[in-house]
Amino acid sequence: MITIDFDSEKIYKTGRTPINLQNFRKPLGRVHIIAERCKECGYCWTYCPKEVLEKSDYVNKNGYHPPRVKKGRENDCVACGMCEAICPDFAIFVEEIKNE
Amino acid sequence: MVEEIVHPKDAYLRSDRFPHIWCPGCGLGIVLKSYVDAISKLDIPYNNHVLVSGIGCTARLPGYANVDSYHTTHGRAIPFATGLKIVNPELQVTVISGDGDLFNIGGNHIIHAARRNMDLLVVCVNNFNYGMTGGQHGATTPEGARTSTTPYGNIEHSFNLPYIMSSLGASYVARWTSLHVRQLTRSIMKAMKIRGFSFIEVISPCPPNFGKYNRFSDGLSQMQFFYENSVLDNNADLSEAYIDFTGKRPLIVGEFVHRIRPSYIDLEKELIRKAMEEP
Repeated sequence: MITIDFDSEKIYKTGRTPINLQNFRKPLGRVHIIAERCKECGYCWTYCPKEVLEKSDYVNKNGYHPPRVKKGRENDCVACGMCEAICPDFAIFVEEIKNE
Repeated sequence: MVEEIVHPKDAYLRSDRFPHIWCPGCGLGIVLKSYVDAISKLDIPYNNHVLVSGIGCTARLPGYANVDSYHTTHGRAIPFATGLKIVNPELQVTVISGDGDLFNIGGNHIIHAARRNMDLLVVCVNNFNYGMTGGQHGATTPEGARTSTTPYGNIEHSFNLPYIMSSLGASYVARWTSLHVRQLTRSIMKAMKIRGFSFIEVISPCPPNFGKYNRFSDGLSQMQFFYENSVLDNNADLSEAYIDFTGKRPLIVGEFVHRIRPSYIDLEKELIRKAMEEP
């Protein structure tokens, strides 16, 4: 009969230490859209990794449809800043909300 | 009543001129954003930045950045920038101009600036045609691509910009597309710290001219082409780094060259010191 010497302490020392999820918080971002600068290129809603943005029905003074945050996805933005970086018209930016 | 929101980068922009003149889907706004992002993060004093450009769509860019800027004659951005740098070596001189301005009309100037290893950062925004004048073909138009003056396909061999600059001894050579925003910002920040000639090629969509003739219906489809075909290879064989839009050849991007060579300003200072010592 083979007995396996199972030492949990040893496993924890050799392997990767598990992270404590209580100490980590998913960042939360709020998207601000300057609607009158938008030219509807579609980069923000195509390259948003969390798919938070979509085309809106609102028409700005130049006749373009600016983006808007999808209904019910307001808390899904993780403030990665991709929309801010990719927007050629300086029409969108993300503010990270920090409530401690 | 719409509440007034101010973009965080508006402090570095002449925001009263916005929205800018560039077409929907143009990559030039992204290059402007990368530039202002880089100067906002670097520790170089804000007043030391100078932005020089020639003529073309890209050359409108200094008009939107709130730094000292020069909109010079066609193709002569590099001589203006060289003069600025020699007279005032503490300035951080950046040239942002298009492929038509830097390589077609001003081709000779950029070759000699790279040969001298002049302390400049040159960002060439390549959209493969003359965008402002109606999409005529130029020296950077890929073989086989259609433009308004080559409706049956271009038969000329195109320039391979990183290969030319590398062969002339530039200190830093990189190529990105306008989709690689963060890499481009990091690249500009790195190149501003390098003494010597730094060259960054940015491949940009041109939806109403180059895109229209090459079956890219809008800027987004051209961006998707970059997304699907670009391959990061920092040690690429630059002689093979040609661009074509057939999809057969990958679009090689990366930081290709980073070599340490004495720059023109360093050599000039050394020469003056030696000459003053002699009796």
